[in-house]
Amino acid sequence: AAGVATWLPFARAAAVGWLPLATKIMPKPPVEKKSRNDEILFVNVSGLRFQTWKNTLDRYPDTLLGSSEKEFFFNEDTQEYFFDRDPEMFRHILNFYRTGKLHYPRQECIQAFDEELAFYGIVPDIIGDCCMEEYRDRKKENQERLAEDTEAENATDAPLPPDSTRRERLWRAFENPHTSTMALVFYYVTGFFIAVSVIANVVETVPCRPIKGSKKELPCGEKYSLAFFCMDTACVLIFTFEYLMRLFAAPSRCKFMRSVMSVIDVVAIMPYYIGLVMPENEDVSGAFVTLRVFRVFRIFKFSRHSQGLRILGYTLKSCASELGFLLFSLTMAIIIFATVMFYAEKGTKGTNFTSIPASFWYTIVTMTTLGIRLSKKGTTNAFLHYKEEGGFQLRENETEREMKRDSIHSFTNAADGDGALFLKNRSSFEHQHHHLLHCLEKTTNHEFTDELTFSEMCMTESIGYRTSRSTSISSQQGMSTSCCPRRAKRRAIRLANSTVSVSRGSVQELDTLQVQKPFRPQSRSSLNARTEDLKLNCDDRDFTAAIISIPTPPANTPDESLAPSPAFHSILRNSRSGSFTHETVKISSL
Amino acid sequence: MGAVVGTLAMQTRQRRPSRDKLDDELELSVVCHRPEGLEQLQAQTSFSKKELQVLYRGFKNECPSGVVNEETFKQIYSQFFPQGDASTYAHYLFNAFDSSHNGSIKFEDFVTALSILLRGSTTEKLQWTFNLYDINQDGYINKEEMTHIVKAIYDMMGRFTYPALKTDTTKQHVDAFFQKMDKNRDGVVTLDEFILSCQEDENIMRSLQLFENVI
Repeated sequence: AAGVATWLPFARAAAVGWLPLATKIMPKPPVEKKSRNDEILFVNVSGLRFQTWKNTLDRYPDTLLGSSEKEFFFNEDTQEYFFDRDPEMFRHILNFYRTGKLHYPRQECIQAFDEELAFYGIVPDIIGDCCMEEYRDRKKENQERLAEDTEAENATDAPLPPDSTRRERLWRAFENPHTSTMALVFYYVTGFFIAVSVIANVVETVPCRPIKGSKKELPCGEKYSLAFFCMDTACVLIFTFEYLMRLFAAPSRCKFMRSVMSVIDVVAIMPYYIGLVMPENEDVSGAFVTLRVFRVFRIFKFSRHSQGLRILGYTLKSCASELGFLLFSLTMAIIIFATVMFYAEKGTKGTNFTSIPASFWYTIVTMTTLGIRLSKKGTTNAFLHYKEEGGFQLRENETEREMKRDSIHSFTNAADGDGALFLKNRSSFEHQHHHLLHCLEKTTNHEFTDELTFSEMCMTESIGYRTSRSTSISSQQGMSTSCCPRRAKRRAIRLANSTVSVSRGSVQELDTLQVQKPFRPQSRSSLNARTEDLKLNCDDRDFTAAIISIPTPPANTPDESLAPSPAFHSILRNSRSGSFTHETVKISSL
Repeated sequence: MGAVVGTLAMQTRQRRPSRDKLDDELELSVVCHRPEGLEQLQAQTSFSKKELQVLYRGFKNECPSGVVNEETFKQIYSQFFPQGDASTYAHYLFNAFDSSHNGSIKFEDFVTALSILLRGSTTEKLQWTFNLYDINQDGYINKEEMTHIVKAIYDMMGRFTYPALKTDTTKQHVDAFFQKMDKNRDGVVTLDEFILSCQEDENIMRSLQLFENVI
């Protein structure tokens, strides 16, 4: 971020402290190719004029405003950059450059915001913590709503194509009842029968007047058992017919059978058939009675008729995790309190808390604030109580030729791709940083390598390779061990972000020199960069050169993320040389 | 009961920053420092007005409160050396920058040190470096201080180096340094010995010129 770029001169100046310790000559610093005069840029967004330093925009070279892409919008007559976009949104974009944090304005539409970000080449993942959650929630909400809308749209589609089979027409009739009169009639008939069935279930338990000649009151179900049986049979027949028709018409039978509505249908009619099949003996009649309870699920069949019920279902589904957690914590509390009650009441004689599961009931009832009274020995009012007893190394050759080839190469690269300015923006920072690291190497007389090579070297030390040193790319995660784990994910995303930007102009990033063999880039980013990068000169020369390309560190100001997150991301190219006479290329990984 | 459970349920969603960090940030924002005037700084250092402006803008952007404390300093410096541990060296650097020894670097300290390092004469640079090495500020560099410094520098290299770091690398380096610098072999290096020895070494003299055009 800007922070790192600002402090680099200071870090380089502090390198003076190493000089008396160094035994070798320090490498030459990179040549400043352009003057660093800062200028104020004018940006006109639909009439609203913004002004900012050029350096501010240069902080993020992988965005539209930071790269040479903005030149396309330069208006010669007025000497300003003109964008025909929303000026209110632009304020937030520009603030991102200034402060390094991207904020999401709550009053804006999330899609409009996303579009602006896409236009200016900013990845939404760098939204600051303060606004990230809001952004995510709004985005999710929006997506769900859109999904629903498209679903609804698809459901109420245009008229059928003319040459559809009977099956398709039947399915359509079932799904959209208002398309044809027959379907509508059928829709209302089933609705009526569902209502009738539910009411019958309820009414048959009401006590009716006793039959003549007996005193006992019977529930209506037993008094008019034949009538109720006939009604039940009729309903079940209708439901069975409907289910079979739907099954026949469904485009994908397996999918239909697994859907919620079909399960409800099956559950609604099964008890009847099971009841028919089962013999009339006392043992299983208890189970049979329980089965009849399932008849009440017929009421859920109404959800085909009611949009609201379906929405309720979706709501429950979408906050399933929160509800699950609620249940889990409730269970935890129940277990804790039940245990406590059990052990507290253990000594008492005639207690209700005979075991921990028995205490569960008391605990549940108390926690849900229902309250039950327990009978005490000797009290006159005793109630019946129930028992139910979850970056890097720059190794440049010391000779002048290398520097020259470097500049030539960078020119050719610049000529190749788009954005010669791009090259300069990126590489000057890299140059200087690598120079700094190179000075450190010279001071200590040791070179940077990475884990893999280090272990290799330890193994092969005895064999005595003279020059074969190869580095492989060390994982980015391995570097930044001291960072917060929370940031690790962000970094990975930023990695992807800078990868994208890298591949945009990675050709220009090569301030490189030589390479022996085709690279075998191993890091994720370098895989992306690979396609553009391999235009390097292969030469049979016997020295090392280093290739560095470090995209500008992504948005991360030090005072916000003071966790030492190396915001760099470099591409390591690995060139393994088979023979021992070549030297291979090393890259520093940061 | 419902409230308790509700709170438990909501806990999963909130992410609160640690209390310490919050307090820290509050404290830092209260302490605000403004540097002396531009003309004064221009007179005291060898930077031009424009350069000071650029420097200050960058400094202020990173540290809005106007001061850098040691933690921040270490973190910033460590970003440049991700492979190793730069905190020890950053600590010594911090002490060298913090001329008033009050635990924070103000913009004036920052700019003064930069002025010496980038635009000062070789003697001034060497003096600054001597100051850096002399950890206890007693005017002498003894072997122990030098060992600390060299170890701190080697720490920045990290574990994976070529050739691999051996246990006596530091000691050898320190011995070599004393061999060169300690003229009268009394076990300590004084400022004069240091400056003299450095001036004799061509490599060092040449390298000192390298960082002129950093800004």
